[in-house]
Amino acid sequence: MSLETRSTTFPQQVRVARADANLQQALGKLKFGLTAMRGAAVAKLPEFEQLRHDAAAIRDHTLNHLDHYLLRFEAAAKARGGHVHFAPDAAAANAIVLEICRSVDARKVTKGKSMVTEEIELNAHLEAHGITCLETDLGEYIVQLRKERPSHIVAPAIHVLKEQVAETFAAHHGPALAGGRSEPAALMAEARAVIRRHFLEADVGITGANFAIAETGSTVIVTNEGNGDLTQSLPKVHIAVTGIEKIVPTLEDASTLIRLLSRSATGQEASVYNTFSSGPRRPEDPDGPEAFHVILVDNGRSSMLGSVFQDMLRCIRCGACMNHCPVYGQVGGQAYGSVYPGPMGAVLTPSLAGIEVAGHLPNASTFCGACEAVCPVRIPLPKLMRHWREREFEAGLAPSASRFGLALWGFAARRPWLYRLLSRAAATLLARLGGRRGYLARLPLGRGWTAWRDLPAPAGVTFQAAYRRRRGGDADAGKG
Amino acid sequence: MTKDGRAQVLSAVRTALGRSGDRAAEPSAVRERLERPQANTVPARGRLQQPELTELFVTQALQAGATVARVSMIGEVPAAVAAFCAEHGLPSTAIMAEVSPLQDLPWQAAGVRAEGRLVRSGDSLGVGAAVAGIAETGTLVMLSGPENPVTANFLPDNHLVVVHARDLLGTSEDLWAMLRERGLPLPRTVNWITGPSRSGDIEMTMLMGAHGPIRLHLVIIEAATGTQ
Repeated sequence: MSLETRSTTFPQQVRVARADANLQQALGKLKFGLTAMRGAAVAKLPEFEQLRHDAAAIRDHTLNHLDHYLLRFEAAAKARGGHVHFAPDAAAANAIVLEICRSVDARKVTKGKSMVTEEIELNAHLEAHGITCLETDLGEYIVQLRKERPSHIVAPAIHVLKEQVAETFAAHHGPALAGGRSEPAALMAEARAVIRRHFLEADVGITGANFAIAETGSTVIVTNEGNGDLTQSLPKVHIAVTGIEKIVPTLEDASTLIRLLSRSATGQEASVYNTFSSGPRRPEDPDGPEAFHVILVDNGRSSMLGSVFQDMLRCIRCGACMNHCPVYGQVGGQAYGSVYPGPMGAVLTPSLAGIEVAGHLPNASTFCGACEAVCPVRIPLPKLMRHWREREFEAGLAPSASRFGLALWGFAARRPWLYRLLSRAAATLLARLGGRRGYLARLPLGRGWTAWRDLPAPAGVTFQAAYRRRRGGDADAGKG
Repeated sequence: MTKDGRAQVLSAVRTALGRSGDRAAEPSAVRERLERPQANTVPARGRLQQPELTELFVTQALQAGATVARVSMIGEVPAAVAAFCAEHGLPSTAIMAEVSPLQDLPWQAAGVRAEGRLVRSGDSLGVGAAVAGIAETGTLVMLSGPENPVTANFLPDNHLVVVHARDLLGTSEDLWAMLRERGLPLPRTVNWITGPSRSGDIEMTMLMGAHGPIRLHLVIIEAATGTQ
């Protein structure tokens, strides 16, 4: 229960999101941005499908031997002079970070983008103990100033319009630079100047890790801005916080996953900076951190191993599933009330926070399958969401209306004569209601369905009747 | 607490994976994989020889937003640096590592002031040398150390990197093979750099120069085979 969520209010948040004109405008750019760019990058790599198979196999192999690979990673990182810590939960991870910060009397910490530190709410913990925590990824920085949560795991400020960024900067930075605040370029230049000072002042730099390589004890960050690198190379101490599932066996395995990650996340053939960090600076090095700590966070992940949800641990956090999700595209990330939104969040959040608080999320899917089709590590997301729906139902958590409806359907489905009778009556009635237009503007007992769109009216013939006729026809054809 | 945490996490993982008794020993599949690392699928695009390797490297680097100059010997690097500074109206001062072999080049003749020190924030131009380039993606590979301090890759507004065409590789798998052959542990950082720093975090408009260098300029030395 350590992943704090506001997922119980998902239906209300959806209504807020749908009515938010700024948000809808921002989300409108998704289809032509990340989604289109991914498509173009994938089209340029004929081996993409084979790489997806390889990647899923790498992740499966590692997860099936995770205990051994964790030990190998630990040994290799220590051999390079690094420190490795294991954190069973969020509280333990936060305590370890705080202890390291205190050991060097840290006043200010800069942070590279890290979803795990969002998950464990590290910033709040450090701030509560008098340590200033500054997000340096542009999107994370914007979200931090606005006291919001990231709405996307790759593009945290995807819900914010440039005018809103300008307002936020005006409120926090004072007078604008010469370039003003009307264009994204000027806003970015302003953030660059402000954040650069923090980079130089920070005592500790905290990053995540996209991968942790067992062979070499290295952590890997994949970024475009260079903020993660300034975060981890300027201060005295570098702390990398990541999940236990981020281990990969070898450098070659990292190469395969990186090929998929950049293309799936942002449609780039390569992200600008892929950085492999092993241990602290060496005696002969003129720069770099004097100490290197890796914190491997469990926080519910081990409970997914060996379960039907193990496949979810293959996730490399590219965000392609949410970029392609029609539900995410309508409501954005914040409605999910979890640091992990979209399809991957709909599976991961109940695993980490409990189905009783996140039960709405696996239900927020049309099961169109786009998420699974684009997932670089082939996670069967719709199947896993279905597992959560079943568990929610079995635990008696589903809303009473849907339980009642399902019970009714179950009663009829066990009595074929009744089922045929009812479905024939409904099909005939709805076809008649649909009239010549063939659409229903309002569905009796189903206003939720028709509030935003018309329902295509049934053809007037039940599926069973049509199927019988078709089979009869085929049988005749076979004879002829 | 850290010690307990370690035992707790490892035990949770082992239990979840159904380990007991003999199965707690490291299986040969794990040992094999780590001791004899194998490449997975390697895209055909990167399986090239010279001169196609250089052409692909240049194409990909340009696509990633870098600029490229091609010279025929290392002695021409200072002139290429001077040309880059002139083109962008930058002061002709190049910061490079104190012990960088690049310092021995004829900078004065090219009208460039070479300073051997760590790059500081606000420096206009840092100059470094790549150990390799990856043609598949137009990526530079920088190894941290006395000759290439890691901060030099990120602090200056303009980053100029010298790379020999003979050091170009097809893919990152070739890089790992090359580094293993050297038999040394990885340095503190291995940086792959593909184009200049950028961000699309404001309304998905991709803009150059987020936190790292605003420009990345590559100088490729294409010495005729065997004459270098």
